Amino acid sequence: MKFPYGEKVLEHFKNPQNVGKIEDADGKAIVGSPACGDMVAVYLKIDPNENRIVDAKFESYGCASNIATGSIITELAKGKTIEEAKKISWQQASEALGGLPKIKAHCSVLAVEGLREAITNYEEKHGLIKEREPTTAEVVKRRLKNVMNPLTGLDIVRGNLIKEVKVEEGVVKISVDLPESHIFASNIKEEVNERIETLWDVKKVEISFNPA
Amino acid sequence: MPDRTIYMDNAASTRLDERVLEAMKPYYFDSYAVATSEFGHSMGIEAKETLEAARAKLAEALKASPEEVLLTSGDTESSNLALKGVTNALAGKKGKHIVVSKIEDFPVLNSAKALERLGYKATYLGVDKEGFLDLAELERSITKETVLVSIQHANQEIGTVQDIEAIGRICHDRGALFHTDATHTLTRIPLDMGRMAVDLATITAHTIHGPKGIGALYVRKGTPLMKWMDGGFQEFNLRAGLENIPGAMGFAKAIELVTEEENERLRAIRDSLIDSLLKQVPRTTLNGSRTRRIPQNANITFHRVEGESITLHLDMRGIEVSTGSACFSRSLEASHVIMGIGGDHERAHGSIRYSLGRFNDISEVPEVVKAMTDIIGKLRSISPLKD
Repeated sequence: MKFPYGEKVLEHFKNPQNVGKIEDADGKAIVGSPACGDMVAVYLKIDPNENRIVDAKFESYGCASNIATGSIITELAKGKTIEEAKKISWQQASEALGGLPKIKAHCSVLAVEGLREAITNYEEKHGLIKEREPTTAEVVKRRLKNVMNPLTGLDIVRGNLIKEVKVEEGVVKISVDLPESHIFASNIKEEVNERIETLWDVKKVEISFNPA
Repeated sequence: MPDRTIYMDNAASTRLDERVLEAMKPYYFDSYAVATSEFGHSMGIEAKETLEAARAKLAEALKASPEEVLLTSGDTESSNLALKGVTNALAGKKGKHIVVSKIEDFPVLNSAKALERLGYKATYLGVDKEGFLDLAELERSITKETVLVSIQHANQEIGTVQDIEAIGRICHDRGALFHTDATHTLTRIPLDMGRMAVDLATITAHTIHGPKGIGALYVRKGTPLMKWMDGGFQEFNLRAGLENIPGAMGFAKAIELVTEEENERLRAIRDSLIDSLLKQVPRTTLNGSRTRRIPQNANITFHRVEGESITLHLDMRGIEVSTGSACFSRSLEASHVIMGIGGDHERAHGSIRYSLGRFNDISEVPEVVKAMTDIIGKLRSISPLKD
């Protein structure tokens, strides 16, 4: 039999580690939405003395890559301080799984974002973040590093697919260097929207592609 | 490792029937010449006779005449030829408008988009929640500019059967030509070109246990069609290229092998699957119509579960199906059919298509239902979406 994933991914998919909810979590986040197809919830138990993650659990509504990444990311996070855990990248998660297909990069990124958001949630609750950051073009670009081009498995910022980002009075305008007829245009549009429209001071997101 | 495979992805392609292969073999090993003119060598004349015999059988299945059946490489080519061939033949003589439904399969849908890029206007008609076209809306959409209407006979994902008799009459009353994609109905639902107001119909062999790489386009006598595959004078000078004689013989045999008894058997498996799954798995929705659906299709959404995870779990148990989930598709887009019947992304992501064929047996149903119950239960238990 020939499966679309490597053995390690299949193992984590069949028997995911750290599944479930932590009722009295110190940090938690739900990222994605049913509309976008994938959702991950991450729950953290954190020792406040040294801000170390003592337990991590996840729940997933998603595909095999999403489930496997949720499993591996919670494994990687356990025992790390929040500063160390924030640095875990999707590449590291993918490598720990023995590699994921490029087209599935966007699914694995979601679990990584979930972990970071759960840490932010902890920091906010514990007064470790003083002020909410206003959305600037830089903030937008940083978040767009979590949107993957399914063709290359590279994020759209480093892949030079973002021509321009403008932020004016809560309206974010993003111009993507792909034709609107591109096979992944609507997927990328959804993914970009999902990352930006949730920012606290963003009212509207306008995404444009090159005319066909 | 599962000890047997339960293959329920027959709408994508089927296993060849051995008897079809037997019918094809002589034309690979004994009589392999090109079909020649009546003045060619004897092997060529024999090949030509074989080809025409196969064509006559295809015509008989459609209740058409042999001159109305063009052999092609399959359903994709047939639908491309219908949409592009008719519009090109009528360029400058009629308007530049075509009508298709939103839930057509990609050969028709993407041919319509290609025509739009060439300056044609395309109307994409919506369907109701079971996948049926609104005939009054169809009537209103056809103007004197309309060259061609293309509406499928049955849907590739949810199996809904359109009333193509009524659709054809409307098209002809309004002065438009009518093409139907009958890829999923040939031999399963009666097709009668003598009675139906159909000008062009796409059919293919690989969905009925015939060989891959052979299909046909029915073209009613007198229908304008421009040749777009240039080369020799084959297929009434409408489609160049070496005739696929073994394929044609295999196609004819595949049609002959489907019986009404088989269709009854498939209906029983289909209904047993639908009934058991809706009853035994909580939070499910049937996609398509309960009654007006092809015998070989069941499509059910398991809410709050993602389809690629379901298909991978099923695959590990030796059960092969397909899903309308975005994560499963090459373009990462959710099924346009489920979205077209008013479903949202969540409904598309959890949709599973079970498409049946000759080699399925009703004894497989309990195993599939058991697997679904286990897998859906497991996946729901790890989901952040609760009731």
